Amino acid sequence: MNGEIQLQVSGLVKRFGEETVLNGIDFCVRKGEVVVVLGPSGCGKSTLLRCMNGLESPDAGSIFLDGEAISAGGKNIAQLRQKIGMVFQSYDLFPNKNIIDNITLAPVKVQKRSKKEAEEQAEKLLKRVGLWEKRKAYPRELSGGQKQRVAIIRALCMNPEVMLFDEVTAALDPEMVREVLDVMIELANQGMTMVIVTHEMQFARAIADRVIFLDGGSIVEDSKPDEFFTNPKTKRAKDFLQTFAYEKRRTNIN
Amino acid sequence: MQDSGIKVLFMGKNFLRLLEGLWVTLRISLIAVIISIPLGILFGMFMTLKNPISRAVSRVYLEFIRIMPQLVLLFIAYFGVTRTFGLNLSAEVSAVIVFVLWGTAEMGDLVRGALISIPKHQYDSAAALGMNRIQTFWYVVIPQTMRRLIPLTINLTTRMIKTTSLVVLIGMTEVLKVGKQIIDANRFEYPTAALWIYGVIFLLYFLACWPISMLAKKLEKRWR
Repeated sequence: MNGEIQLQVSGLVKRFGEETVLNGIDFCVRKGEVVVVLGPSGCGKSTLLRCMNGLESPDAGSIFLDGEAISAGGKNIAQLRQKIGMVFQSYDLFPNKNIIDNITLAPVKVQKRSKKEAEEQAEKLLKRVGLWEKRKAYPRELSGGQKQRVAIIRALCMNPEVMLFDEVTAALDPEMVREVLDVMIELANQGMTMVIVTHEMQFARAIADRVIFLDGGSIVEDSKPDEFFTNPKTKRAKDFLQTFAYEKRRTNIN
Repeated sequence: MQDSGIKVLFMGKNFLRLLEGLWVTLRISLIAVIISIPLGILFGMFMTLKNPISRAVSRVYLEFIRIMPQLVLLFIAYFGVTRTFGLNLSAEVSAVIVFVLWGTAEMGDLVRGALISIPKHQYDSAAALGMNRIQTFWYVVIPQTMRRLIPLTINLTTRMIKTTSLVVLIGMTEVLKVGKQIIDANRFEYPTAALWIYGVIFLLYFLACWPISMLAKKLEKRWR
């Protein structure tokens, strides 16, 4: 990947009280690149993503999108967030609005686009993920996987330049994970810049251009997926990958 | 003529007087409700602030209003304030003030409850879509709290309508007082009038509160 740098994180530090969650994070994401962030739970992956669209304000360091600084209290934060789509682990659709209104709310109210044009785009996107029939349904009538696909579309309808995914399949039943991941793979193929936090190792390997392994608040490894999964450089990464491998350890008592 | 207490209702202007009494009841409670709802919404938002001073102030206010019987508040407003500050408040104004103070406190607590029941990730996802604080409140949070608030607000309104019967004690003639006057005036001629008059008052209260409940039901359905 040698596109221009789109997202740059430098010297990022975040503390919650006494605890330092992120301790000097440096990396950048190029245009069209898909970066997967891996690491044991509690290592700061989600916090990193939340800092990247200003939901948390860092204690030190900075994040730039196309050269513009992102800061939680900043004047232009709402402007910048329109360029960064984010999808969360919990299905966070607005329960009082139907699917199409969920998707078009922000384009109409925030970007001041016409309702008609936003709806056309929403319907086109819904068709692409096979949920067009559900456009008048309410979130409670959808399955977890369907809700999560709608959440992705809601973010896409803002025409973002970067998409952040925070463990979007973690709360889903296993048979619904696939449909959500397929949408993300399609998106990656279209050249969307993406930063993904996930625990789905096979998916990570399939989609990533680069893997960042985070542990104890710092980047321990930053490498190509094939390299990371077959031949990790550090012991910590090895140990982490080991937890996903199952061996037949049952012994017969007789 | 022992058995025709109902006649009392149609003698002279009795029925009209009852309706006038009902109007006093409704006027006080509806004015109070109309003022309390917006103030209560603001007070509820104020209560969700993390600031310790605002928390203490709102806590004290809420507990004071809750612990004090409404009757005591009415006496303080009508007799106490007049004596102490030389302000000559009419009974109706004092009643409205007390009911607004009460309604704002209760409504505020309902709004606070509704606001904190909205999950944090609703705020997060609105923010992630580029909405500012005002847009988040207006388009995402308030519509969701509304639905939760309607039944509670209606309950509060009907409670207020019923509690206005206390204003008799600061000298106002509302529907219950009128009924009592009519019954007293006919005690010897029509001993059974009491049942009829109170029965009619019961119906009048019902007619005042029932449409409000119906409206609530309709709104709840529409905003589902």
